[in-house]
Amino acid sequence: MRDTLTLRGNNALLTRANPLAKFSGVLLITVALALSIDWVSASVALAFELLLFPLAGLTLALLWQRGWPLILAAAVGGWSTAILAADHGRTLLDVGVWSISEGSLQLGLGFLLRGLAIALPAVLLMSCTDPTDLADALAQQAKLPHRFVLGTLAAMRLVGLMAEEWQTIGMARRARGVGSHGNPLQRLKATLGQSFGLLVQAVRRASRLAVTMEARGFGGAQRTWAREATFSRLDAWVVLGGVLIAGAAVAAAIGAGTWNMVFLGQQ
Amino acid sequence: MTSFDAASPAAVTARGWGWRHAGRPRPAVSGLDLDIRPGERVLLLGPSGSGKSTLLHALAGVLGDSTSDSSAAGPSAAASADAEDSDETGSLLIDGSPPRARRGRAGLMQQDPETQVVLSRLGDDVAFGAENLAVPPADIWRRVAEALGDVGLGGLPLDHPTSALSGGQKQRLALAGILAMRPGLLLLDEPTANLDPAGVLEVRDAVGRCLDKTGATLVVVEHRVAVWKDLVDRLVVLQPGSAADSAVLLDGSPDQVLEQARDMLIAAGVWVPGHIPATRARRGVAEGIAGAGGAGSADTGPAQLLLAAEELAVSRERPRRTGLLRGFRTVPPAPVQSGITAQVRAGQALTITGPNGCGKSTFALTLAGLLAPVAGSVSATTELSAGAGIDPYKWKAQQLIARIGTVFQEPEHQFVTGRVLDELMFGPRHLGRGEERVDELLERLRLRDLVDANPYTLSGGEKRRLSVATVLAAHPQVLVLDEPTFGQDANTWAELASFLSELLDAGTAVVSVTHDVEFSQVLGGTELTLGAPQPGLPGRTNPGVAAP
Repeated sequence: MRDTLTLRGNNALLTRANPLAKFSGVLLITVALALSIDWVSASVALAFELLLFPLAGLTLALLWQRGWPLILAAAVGGWSTAILAADHGRTLLDVGVWSISEGSLQLGLGFLLRGLAIALPAVLLMSCTDPTDLADALAQQAKLPHRFVLGTLAAMRLVGLMAEEWQTIGMARRARGVGSHGNPLQRLKATLGQSFGLLVQAVRRASRLAVTMEARGFGGAQRTWAREATFSRLDAWVVLGGVLIAGAAVAAAIGAGTWNMVFLGQQ
Repeated sequence: MTSFDAASPAAVTARGWGWRHAGRPRPAVSGLDLDIRPGERVLLLGPSGSGKSTLLHALAGVLGDSTSDSSAAGPSAAASADAEDSDETGSLLIDGSPPRARRGRAGLMQQDPETQVVLSRLGDDVAFGAENLAVPPADIWRRVAEALGDVGLGGLPLDHPTSALSGGQKQRLALAGILAMRPGLLLLDEPTANLDPAGVLEVRDAVGRCLDKTGATLVVVEHRVAVWKDLVDRLVVLQPGSAADSAVLLDGSPDQVLEQARDMLIAAGVWVPGHIPATRARRGVAEGIAGAGGAGSADTGPAQLLLAAEELAVSRERPRRTGLLRGFRTVPPAPVQSGITAQVRAGQALTITGPNGCGKSTFALTLAGLLAPVAGSVSATTELSAGAGIDPYKWKAQQLIARIGTVFQEPEHQFVTGRVLDELMFGPRHLGRGEERVDELLERLRLRDLVDANPYTLSGGEKRRLSVATVLAAHPQVLVLDEPTFGQDANTWAELASFLSELLDAGTAVVSVTHDVEFSQVLGGTELTLGAPQPGLPGRTNPGVAAP
């Protein structure tokens, strides 16, 4: 539970790339896909992204485990678009107010693929980026304030700890006779009580951690970095990869005549 | 500052120093006069409330703002407070300058191992302090390697996850992080209070080695004197602040102070070497043969069986559901320990021991009906279940507390109200009976004067007594305790041990997870020793990525 944020055991190529380079690559793809709702650009980008999986040390099972809320959201979005969009073309399904036509199905499919194609790079980025490396790059290269970045990084370590603490407090309260049974109101009350207990522990832990950090000299104006965040040749390839995928997606859609700029309102 | 300068031992001078925390009516320390020469090793003793931690925090340069742990407590602490700022009197200097101006000159280790770790990779965590002091990167990695070697963690890879360390290892890691700053003054605030006996020695020995090597000055606060006695050359006893008296009650070599003030220290709850606090003896159990098992055989016959574990496998993880492709099957978690068989009998003690991480607490919580068994069974006899079914895990919370009471290691986890009296009445009120027991418990566990206090604002010993009382107020036949004596002073220890021995004689079954040999000797009964944790759990290391 505690280690979900670390990359233990992942030695894939992309784990060695600079987080900022990876972020730029992902941003390029996202922007290109955000411009048009069509299924050609989305499926081209999606196909390339799936090819990149092994480079990030990701498998389909891991993808589902980490990205299922996003995948589910994309599916729901696609489905509701297919039902709710204005119908044109042959009607495929008609159940009362719900109807799916060829036109709306195509739009829905485009929506689903686009959702996936945008969500996937984010999951990819998360699964091959260590939070510590990200913090290093943000503070040293993106020049964000180091107090803020390192404070957040240290606090994130406590998140996993809090998950364990939540379980312990739940048991400890059951041992006091506070059950998670009963009607919804009682359950809500029990959950609120448990949350308060967790909050108290979180505040205590956070203040102790703050003392630890301050006692180690944290908070001064001057600071050196033991891990120097640098760009390498790999990072150029990562950004180039982002440009290529985004370019290929747009070119394929324009070539196929499906390019459909969202902002131009072409219906 | 150069690293050469930082490595020389520091001197401490206090002249009439005092400190009042923001919003507190009385100062935590007042009128402190103390000189600590460079390289001296001082053990600081004193009853709770004598300001030991405050002094260490001040020396570490972290006093001020609202960083004090004890002031971050519950609502009532703030209620009675006026919004005044904290207040400093006199002077407290390290090498002639205020501690805040000498960042990195002193290094502080606190009690809770979890919050002594800042970053998630071993090497990064050690480097953190040195980075903050703007040490050149090339020097930092040299210092990291050296510091890890000095504390005995040199065998681990630099990217080893800090979350996979034991409590003792975490404290040694914290020590390494401090050493990498090359401080002249080591400040240890109860560094071993949360550790098992092996961890205590690990940390103590690592501190000793590092002091021998660096010659740094040491100030350690700890009430187990025996652990530190041979490592320090001076013992200072503080007393709670009153402006008229001096804050220092006694000061001298350990042997001298222990001889002079042995009785006084014992009375104050200090763990004086060679002295085991007097406790009530179990009826019918000869002293000193406990742990041999089978106290029941000496009695008139085997005592009533209440609860039995049969080939039990335990884990804290919940069963996992597989995905769509595998048909949503339920996969049980990998157990930390399996094949445990044990019996809990009325009026008998069961002590669970074993190395760190072997699943002792997990077993106890499973036995107590708080975790579901992974395999095997926990079953209550009809004597205990009284119609509630055989499996304690399936009991409703209110059925559970009237039968099996569990006292957690951290009392705060179990507080459910904002007042000591409400806390005690909580169980009986929900069960609709037994409020008369509360009065008896208030008296017996010396909580009478605290009835209106907020549980979160109590001292460590008071919290422990309250947590035992709240669970007993529901009249359970089985009492399960997880490390009840961890970090307790000698007085609370003796009180607790005597009280439990009384309960046992009155017929309650007591199951305790403990490393405390003296404690289990007082309780007698059977000892269950669990083996090392089973393989196939964590320990996946990543040899690939090496730090620069």
